[in-house]
Amino acid sequence: MNRFLARRLAYSFVTLFVLSLLVFFLGQILPGNVARAILGPFADQQAVDALNHQLGVDRPLFVQYGTWIWHFVQGDMGQSYIYRTPIADFVVPALSHSLKLAAVAFLVVVPLGIFGGVVAALNVNRPTDRIISLAGLSAAAMPEFVTGILGILVLGVWLGWLPISAAWPDGAGALTQLYHLILPAIPLVLVLFGYIARMARAGMIEALDSDYTRTAVLKGLRWRQVIWRHVLRNALLPTITVVATQTGYLIGGLLVVETLFRYQGIGSLIFNAARAKDFPMLQACVLIIGIAYAVATLLADVFYSLLNPRIRMEESQ
Amino acid sequence: MTNVANAEPSSRRQDVVAALFQSGSFLTGMTLVLFWVVCALFGGHLVPYDPLTEDILNALGPPSARHWFGTDQLGRDILSRVIVGSRDLLIVAPLATILATAVGTVLGLFIGYFRGVIDDVVSRLIEAKMALPSVIVALLAIVALGTSETTVIIVIGLSFGPVIARTVRSAVLSERELDYVAAAKLRRENAIHIMFVEILPNILPPILVESSVRLGYAIFAVATLSFIGFGLQPPSPDWGLSIATNYSMISGGYWWTVLFDALAIASLVVGVNLTADGLHGALND
Repeated sequence: MNRFLARRLAYSFVTLFVLSLLVFFLGQILPGNVARAILGPFADQQAVDALNHQLGVDRPLFVQYGTWIWHFVQGDMGQSYIYRTPIADFVVPALSHSLKLAAVAFLVVVPLGIFGGVVAALNVNRPTDRIISLAGLSAAAMPEFVTGILGILVLGVWLGWLPISAAWPDGAGALTQLYHLILPAIPLVLVLFGYIARMARAGMIEALDSDYTRTAVLKGLRWRQVIWRHVLRNALLPTITVVATQTGYLIGGLLVVETLFRYQGIGSLIFNAARAKDFPMLQACVLIIGIAYAVATLLADVFYSLLNPRIRMEESQ
Repeated sequence: MTNVANAEPSSRRQDVVAALFQSGSFLTGMTLVLFWVVCALFGGHLVPYDPLTEDILNALGPPSARHWFGTDQLGRDILSRVIVGSRDLLIVAPLATILATAVGTVLGLFIGYFRGVIDDVVSRLIEAKMALPSVIVALLAIVALGTSETTVIIVIGLSFGPVIARTVRSAVLSERELDYVAAAKLRRENAIHIMFVEILPNILPPILVESSVRLGYAIFAVATLSFIGFGLQPPSPDWGLSIATNYSMISGGYWWTVLFDALAIASLVVGVNLTADGLHGALND
């Protein structure tokens, strides 16, 4: 198991390294003189040179890359070009906001997706199964702003059940915050539901088809017991990994949802940085997302290997 | 390549076509997609009003007998804008998908056929790329390169390419062990010939299914980029762009300025997905 996890850890670092290179070099394409862009066309050339030197953009690329990563690892994400303040001051509160929204979405979609997949598998190839599968497939390809707009119109404006802005009043309690986060969470739930349901369905079908299920049925266990004790446990293992790999898609969705619902998270931070061409901010945010994804995947691997004795056995041989 | 494809027993092809025409999801999906394709091609002649002509006196009018879907904040007829709004999306998203399929097929054939170190390295790179949602990668690249339709096509094409490469790679992995490949090697055919003339025609079905699925995601990505202001640009009547311009007025009760565009995107997405699902079913039987 340790070798399995060590290999996974190494993969994560390679992935993050490649990602950081990609993010860094895309930042270099942005044409023009950084200090000139900040100070405007009438600034003194000496001031421009001085600021370029201060920002470090006049040094060789690999030195800039090394410095960037070295500082990043130590928690210094650099300065925003626009606000001239440390990026970390923006990223940390934004992350906590986004985590809240993501948590609400996950808490809804994981049980819902598993339930959908299990129901589909128990009715395999019948209309219920087809409807769940096709609805999940279509919802997964539906842009979040479309479902978000429809949600705002129906649940927010017409029925008036939910607030259409995610920004809660200052000092609001957990329940009020949750109340404001339900509508923004819906588009994320819809995007993620299909994958989770599909994995749960596939796992269930495989487990239902297995010898141990047949044995359990033949030894006279009641159907309900077979499902709970034997089928579900084995069926839901692959689903755990899928939930973690969806983190990336979730964050892509946050970009749109936070913009649509005016919510101050990492997604709206990215959106505003992109609008303002604030590249240090943009790079830091994207790298943070990559790290979040890597951590989530790694946790899923740990969890998976703890739950699945076969992984431990195979790897130790 | 056509002659190789024709060499396939024709009964197999007839089976696939017959299965497609019996598939409810394929027929429904194709109807929706064709509806929007017709709108994109001929919409300019079908619309009741010019989609770009402003009429400030009739701005923000609710749906009525004269303007079935109402008018937007500049008094433009929303029905007309929704009809022609599919055009730019249906140019950009399919071109991005074609680019992604071309890149992915070539890349997948190479790493799947040669295996070895290249395969390991490229597969790792693909995995690294998959760690990020396409919309964010595309956003980063578009901010760096500047917004234009060409940039959007290239960026989305290149960012979806690796996903298709993965599918192609795994299809090649099982094909390369088959006898016909061994026979080609014994005939001393070169690698390019084996990959593109021998293997490629046999893995076309999974490539077709994967590209049709990717088309759905390309529409997703282009619409989303337009919504956040980094895709199609004004004055395009694009649906995502229209929603972006109008959604701040929702709380004022002007629901018609966004509802029809949202439903249009939803119907196109559902159409593409049903089509892809039908293709998948027919080709895997």
